[in-house]
Amino acid sequence: MSASAKPIANTRSGTGIPTVRLITWWVIASEIVIFGGLLATYVMHRLGHPEWTEAASHTNTWAGAFNTFVLLTSSLCAVLAHQAADAHDGPKAAKMLRLTVLGGLIFLTVKGFEWTADIHEGFVLSSGGFWSFYYTLAGLHGLHVLAGMIIMLIVAADATKNQELQRVECIGLYWHFVDIVWIFLFPLLYIAR
Amino acid sequence: MTTEAHVHHPNYVKIWAVLVLLLIVSVVGSMSHIRDVVLIAAFGVALVKAYLVAKNFMHINIEKRWVPYLLITCLLFIAILFAGVAPDVMKHSGENWSKFPAKQGAVTSGGPATKNE
Repeated sequence: MSASAKPIANTRSGTGIPTVRLITWWVIASEIVIFGGLLATYVMHRLGHPEWTEAASHTNTWAGAFNTFVLLTSSLCAVLAHQAADAHDGPKAAKMLRLTVLGGLIFLTVKGFEWTADIHEGFVLSSGGFWSFYYTLAGLHGLHVLAGMIIMLIVAADATKNQELQRVECIGLYWHFVDIVWIFLFPLLYIAR
Repeated sequence: MTTEAHVHHPNYVKIWAVLVLLLIVSVVGSMSHIRDVVLIAAFGVALVKAYLVAKNFMHINIEKRWVPYLLITCLLFIAILFAGVAPDVMKHSGENWSKFPAKQGAVTSGGPATKNE
Protein backbone atom coordinates (compact mmCIF):
# COMPACT_ATOMS: atom_id res chain seq x y z
CA MET A 1 0.00 0.00 0.00
CA SER A 2 1.45 3.37 -0.95
CA ALA A 3 1.81 6.12 1.66
CA SER A 4 -0.90 8.26 0.00
CA ALA A 5 -3.38 5.38 0.10
CA LYS A 6 -2.85 4.74 3.79
CA PRO A 7 -5.63 5.73 6.20
CA ILE A 8 -5.15 9.10 7.93
CA ALA A 9 -4.58 7.37 11.28
CA ASN A 10 -1.31 5.99 9.94
CA THR A 11 0.03 9.17 8.38
CA ARG A 12 -1.10 12.18 10.43
CA SER A 13 0.94 13.19 13.45
CA GLY A 14 -0.54 16.49 14.72
CA THR A 15 0.48 15.87 18.32
CA GLY A 16 3.95 14.59 17.55
CA ILE A 17 2.65 11.07 18.06
CA PRO A 18 1.32 9.04 15.11
CA THR A 19 -2.47 9.06 15.41
CA VAL A 20 -2.65 5.28 15.47
CA ARG A 21 -0.49 5.25 18.63
CA LEU A 22 -2.33 8.23 20.08
CA ILE A 23 -5.60 6.27 19.81
CA THR A 24 -3.98 3.36 21.61
CA TRP A 25 -2.95 5.63 24.51
CA TRP A 26 -6.52 6.99 24.73
CA VAL A 27 -7.86 3.44 24.86
CA ILE A 28 -5.39 2.64 27.63
CA ALA A 29 -6.37 5.83 29.51
CA SER A 30 -10.04 4.81 29.40
CA GLU A 31 -9.14 1.28 30.46
CA ILE A 32 -7.28 2.72 33.47
CA VAL A 33 -10.55 4.31 34.59
CA ILE A 34 -12.52 1.08 34.03
CA PHE A 35 -10.09 -1.27 35.80
CA GLY A 36 -8.96 1.37 38.30
CA GLY A 37 -12.57 2.03 39.34
CA LEU A 38 -13.25 -1.68 39.79
CA LEU A 39 -10.00 -2.27 41.68
CA ALA A 40 -10.56 0.75 43.94
CA THR A 41 -14.10 -0.46 44.69
CA TYR A 42 -12.78 -3.92 45.48
CA VAL A 43 -10.06 -2.55 47.78
CA MET A 44 -12.48 -0.39 49.80
CA HIS A 45 -14.91 -3.29 50.20
CA ARG A 46 -12.11 -5.67 51.08
CA LEU A 47 -10.87 -3.29 53.79
CA GLY A 48 -14.43 -2.93 55.06
CA HIS A 49 -15.02 -6.68 55.13
CA PRO A 50 -12.26 -8.42 57.11
CA GLU A 51 -14.27 -11.64 56.89
CA TRP A 52 -13.50 -11.85 53.14
CA THR A 53 -10.05 -13.13 54.13
CA GLU A 54 -11.54 -16.57 54.63
CA ALA A 55 -13.05 -16.58 51.13
CA ALA A 56 -9.78 -15.30 49.62
CA SER A 57 -7.86 -18.20 51.20
CA HIS A 58 -9.60 -20.57 48.76
CA THR A 59 -7.99 -19.02 45.64
CA ASN A 60 -5.13 -20.99 44.12
CA THR A 61 -1.94 -18.93 44.57
CA TRP A 62 0.13 -21.30 42.41
CA ALA A 63 -2.28 -21.02 39.48
CA GLY A 64 -2.22 -17.23 39.82
CA ALA A 65 1.58 -17.18 40.02
CA PHE A 66 1.90 -19.44 36.96
CA ASN A 67 -0.47 -17.20 35.02
CA THR A 68 1.58 -14.15 36.04
CA PHE A 69 4.68 -15.89 34.68
CA VAL A 70 2.83 -16.69 31.43
CA LEU A 71 1.66 -13.09 30.96
CA LEU A 72 5.12 -11.66 31.73
CA THR A 73 6.61 -14.02 29.14
CA SER A 74 3.95 -13.11 26.58
CA SER A 75 4.75 -9.43 27.20
CA LEU A 76 8.38 -10.22 26.41
CA CYS A 77 7.26 -11.78 23.11
CA ALA A 78 5.12 -8.70 22.34
CA VAL A 79 8.01 -6.30 22.88
CA LEU A 80 10.33 -8.52 20.82
CA ALA A 81 7.71 -8.31 18.04
CA HIS A 82 7.90 -4.51 18.29
CA GLN A 83 11.69 -4.70 18.06
CA ALA A 84 11.43 -6.92 14.95
CA ALA A 85 8.88 -4.55 13.38
CA ASP A 86 11.25 -1.63 13.99
CA ALA A 87 13.88 -3.62 12.08
CA HIS A 88 11.32 -4.07 9.23
CA ASP A 89 11.34 -7.83 9.85
CA GLY A 90 7.61 -8.48 9.46
CA PRO A 91 7.74 -12.30 9.46
CA LYS A 92 9.71 -12.33 12.75
CA ALA A 93 7.31 -9.80 14.27
CA ALA A 94 4.38 -12.02 13.22
CA LYS A 95 6.06 -15.06 14.76
CA MET A 96 6.56 -13.21 18.05
CA LEU A 97 2.96 -11.99 18.01
CA ARG A 98 1.72 -15.55 17.53
CA LEU A 99 3.86 -16.65 20.49
CA THR A 100 2.21 -13.87 22.49
CA VAL A 101 -1.19 -15.26 21.46
CA LEU A 102 -0.04 -18.70 22.62
CA GLY A 103 0.72 -17.13 26.02
CA GLY A 104 -2.79 -15.68 26.12
CA LEU A 105 -4.23 -19.09 25.24
CA ILE A 106 -2.29 -20.79 28.06
CA PHE A 107 -3.43 -18.05 30.46
CA LEU A 108 -7.10 -18.54 29.57
CA THR A 109 -6.79 -22.34 29.73
CA VAL A 110 -5.32 -22.20 33.24
CA LYS A 111 -8.06 -19.73 34.21
CA GLY A 112 -10.67 -22.13 32.83
CA PHE A 113 -9.35 -25.03 34.95
CA GLU A 114 -9.12 -22.76 37.98
CA TRP A 115 -12.68 -21.51 37.65
CA THR A 116 -13.97 -25.05 37.06
CA ALA A 117 -12.33 -26.15 40.33
CA ASP A 118 -13.75 -23.11 42.16
CA ILE A 119 -17.26 -23.77 40.85
CA HIS A 120 -17.05 -27.47 41.78
CA GLU A 121 -16.13 -26.39 45.31
CA GLY A 122 -19.30 -24.32 45.38
CA PHE A 123 -17.76 -20.89 44.92
CA VAL A 124 -19.86 -19.14 42.30
CA LEU A 125 -20.56 -15.50 41.42
CA SER A 126 -23.34 -15.31 44.02
CA SER A 127 -21.40 -17.01 46.84
CA GLY A 128 -20.51 -13.69 48.46
CA GLY A 129 -18.98 -10.29 47.96
CA PHE A 130 -15.44 -11.58 47.48
CA TRP A 131 -16.47 -14.09 44.83
CA SER A 132 -18.53 -11.47 42.99
CA PHE A 133 -15.45 -9.28 42.70
CA TYR A 134 -13.21 -12.27 41.94
CA TYR A 135 -15.27 -13.40 38.94
CA THR A 136 -16.00 -9.86 37.72
CA LEU A 137 -12.38 -8.65 37.87
CA ALA A 138 -10.80 -11.84 36.51
CA GLY A 139 -13.60 -12.25 33.94
CA LEU A 140 -13.29 -8.71 32.59
CA HIS A 141 -9.52 -9.13 32.45
CA GLY A 142 -9.95 -12.47 30.64
CA LEU A 143 -12.17 -10.79 28.04
CA HIS A 144 -9.42 -8.22 27.44
CA VAL A 145 -6.90 -11.05 26.99
CA LEU A 146 -9.24 -12.71 24.46
CA ALA A 147 -9.78 -9.43 22.56
CA GLY A 148 -6.01 -8.82 22.48
CA MET A 149 -5.41 -12.30 21.09
CA ILE A 150 -7.92 -11.83 18.26
CA ILE A 151 -6.53 -8.41 17.27
CA MET A 152 -2.98 -9.75 17.52
CA LEU A 153 -3.73 -12.56 15.06
CA ILE A 154 -5.12 -10.01 12.58
CA VAL A 155 -2.04 -7.77 13.01
CA ALA A 156 0.24 -10.82 12.66
CA ALA A 157 -1.44 -11.81 9.37
CA ASP A 158 -0.53 -8.39 7.90
CA ALA A 159 2.92 -8.35 9.51
CA THR A 160 3.80 -11.65 7.81
CA LYS A 161 3.49 -9.78 4.50
CA ASN A 162 5.48 -6.83 5.92
CA GLN A 163 2.32 -4.71 5.90
CA GLU A 164 1.01 -2.26 8.54
CA LEU A 165 3.97 -2.86 10.86
CA GLN A 166 3.10 0.26 12.91
CA ARG A 167 0.21 -1.76 14.37
CA VAL A 168 2.63 -4.20 16.01
CA GLU A 169 3.74 -1.60 18.54
CA CYS A 170 0.15 -0.53 19.26
CA ILE A 171 -1.20 -4.00 19.99
CA GLY A 172 1.93 -4.53 22.10
CA LEU A 173 1.11 -1.43 24.18
CA TYR A 174 -2.40 -2.79 24.79
CA TRP A 175 -1.02 -6.19 25.76
CA HIS A 176 1.48 -4.71 28.23
CA PHE A 177 -1.36 -2.77 29.84
CA VAL A 178 -3.38 -5.99 30.22
CA ASP A 179 -0.25 -7.49 31.78
CA ILE A 180 0.02 -4.58 34.27
CA VAL A 181 -3.63 -5.03 35.27
CA TRP A 182 -2.90 -8.68 36.08
CA ILE A 183 0.23 -7.68 38.02
CA PHE A 184 -2.14 -5.90 40.44
CA LEU A 185 -4.94 -8.49 40.30
CA PHE A 186 -2.56 -11.26 41.35
CA PRO A 187 -1.69 -9.86 44.82
CA LEU A 188 -5.21 -8.52 45.37
CA LEU A 189 -7.00 -11.79 44.63
CA TYR A 190 -4.38 -14.45 45.38
CA ILE A 191 -1.88 -13.15 47.94
CA ALA A 192 -3.68 -10.70 50.26
CA ARG A 193 -5.30 -13.00 52.81
CA MET B 1 7.78 1.53 9.54
CA THR B 2 6.51 1.45 13.08
CA THR B 3 7.03 4.92 14.48
CA GLU B 4 8.33 8.32 13.55
CA ALA B 5 11.50 7.63 15.53
CA HIS B 6 12.90 4.23 16.35
CA VAL B 7 13.23 3.57 20.05
CA HIS B 8 16.38 2.27 21.62
CA HIS B 9 15.66 -1.34 22.51
CA PRO B 10 17.25 -2.48 25.76
CA ASN B 11 17.99 -6.11 26.62
CA TYR B 12 14.39 -7.25 27.05
CA VAL B 13 15.27 -10.77 28.15
CA LYS B 14 17.24 -9.32 31.09
CA ILE B 15 14.25 -7.18 32.10
CA TRP B 16 11.95 -10.21 31.82
CA ALA B 17 14.34 -12.18 34.07
CA VAL B 18 14.15 -9.40 36.70
CA LEU B 19 10.34 -9.47 36.46
CA VAL B 20 10.27 -13.25 36.98
CA LEU B 21 12.64 -12.87 39.95
CA LEU B 22 10.29 -10.28 41.46
CA LEU B 23 7.38 -12.67 40.92
CA ILE B 24 9.26 -15.35 42.89
CA VAL B 25 9.93 -12.79 45.65
CA SER B 26 6.23 -11.92 45.87
CA VAL B 27 5.18 -15.60 46.05
CA VAL B 28 7.82 -16.50 48.66
CA GLY B 29 7.08 -13.31 50.64
CA SER B 30 3.37 -14.13 50.69
CA MET B 31 4.15 -17.30 52.68
CA SER B 32 5.45 -15.20 55.57
CA HIS B 33 3.33 -14.86 58.70
CA ILE B 34 4.46 -11.26 59.20
CA ARG B 35 1.75 -8.99 57.82
CA ASP B 36 4.11 -6.19 56.73
CA VAL B 37 6.31 -8.62 54.81
CA VAL B 38 3.27 -10.02 52.99
CA LEU B 39 2.03 -6.52 52.10
CA ILE B 40 5.44 -5.41 50.80
CA ALA B 41 5.89 -8.68 48.90
CA ALA B 42 2.44 -8.36 47.38
CA PHE B 43 1.93 -4.68 46.63
CA GLY B 44 5.44 -3.19 46.82
CA VAL B 45 6.74 -5.75 44.34
CA ALA B 46 3.63 -5.28 42.13
CA LEU B 47 4.37 -1.55 41.91
CA VAL B 48 7.99 -2.23 40.90
CA LYS B 49 6.90 -4.80 38.31
CA ALA B 50 4.32 -2.41 36.83
CA TYR B 51 6.95 0.34 36.66
CA LEU B 52 9.42 -1.95 34.87
CA VAL B 53 6.81 -3.03 32.30
CA ALA B 54 5.61 0.56 31.69
CA LYS B 55 9.14 1.93 31.37
CA ASN B 56 10.88 -0.80 29.42
CA PHE B 57 8.14 -2.58 27.47
CA MET B 58 5.75 0.35 26.87
CA HIS B 59 8.62 2.88 26.60
CA ILE B 60 6.56 5.41 28.51
CA ASN B 61 9.71 7.23 29.63
CA ILE B 62 10.52 8.28 26.05
CA GLU B 63 6.92 8.96 25.00
CA LYS B 64 5.71 12.57 24.58
CA ARG B 65 5.42 14.14 28.03
CA TRP B 66 1.67 14.59 27.98
CA VAL B 67 1.02 10.84 27.58
CA PRO B 68 2.19 10.07 31.15
CA TYR B 69 0.29 13.20 32.26
CA LEU B 70 -2.88 11.79 30.66
CA LEU B 71 -2.44 8.42 32.37
CA ILE B 72 -1.62 10.03 35.75
CA THR B 73 -4.75 12.21 35.45
CA CYS B 74 -6.84 9.04 35.02
CA LEU B 75 -5.19 7.55 38.11
CA LEU B 76 -5.99 10.74 40.03
CA PHE B 77 -9.66 10.32 39.12
CA ILE B 78 -9.51 6.86 40.69
CA ALA B 79 -7.94 8.33 43.83
CA ILE B 80 -10.78 10.90 44.00
CA LEU B 81 -13.33 8.10 43.56
CA PHE B 82 -11.69 6.14 46.38
CA ALA B 83 -11.49 9.15 48.72
CA GLY B 84 -15.11 10.05 48.04
CA VAL B 85 -16.69 6.62 48.35
CA ALA B 86 -14.44 4.66 50.72
CA PRO B 87 -15.61 6.31 53.97
CA ASP B 88 -19.19 5.31 53.22
CA VAL B 89 -18.17 1.73 52.53
CA MET B 90 -15.59 1.31 55.29
CA LYS B 91 -17.06 3.32 58.18
CA HIS B 92 -20.39 3.66 59.94
CA SER B 93 -19.97 7.27 60.98
CA GLY B 94 -17.79 10.34 60.51
CA GLU B 95 -17.42 13.98 61.59
CA ASN B 96 -20.95 15.08 60.71
CA TRP B 97 -22.60 11.97 59.40
CA SER B 98 -23.65 8.49 60.38
CA LYS B 99 -24.94 5.57 58.36
CA PHE B 100 -28.55 5.04 59.38
CA PRO B 101 -28.90 1.41 58.17
CA ALA B 102 -25.77 0.52 60.16
CA LYS B 103 -27.53 1.58 63.37
CA GLN B 104 -30.24 -0.92 62.62
CA GLY B 105 -27.73 -3.64 61.86
CA ALA B 106 -28.67 -3.80 58.18
CA VAL B 107 -25.11 -3.05 57.05
CA THR B 108 -22.33 -5.49 57.81
CA SER B 109 -19.37 -3.62 56.31
CA GLY B 110 -17.15 -1.25 58.26
CA GLY B 111 -16.85 -3.47 61.31
CA PRO B 112 -19.15 -3.50 64.35
CA ALA B 113 -21.15 -0.37 65.15
CA THR B 114 -19.87 1.71 68.07
CA LYS B 115 -21.86 3.28 70.89
CA ASN B 116 -21.87 6.69 69.20
CA GLU B 117 -23.56 5.21 66.19
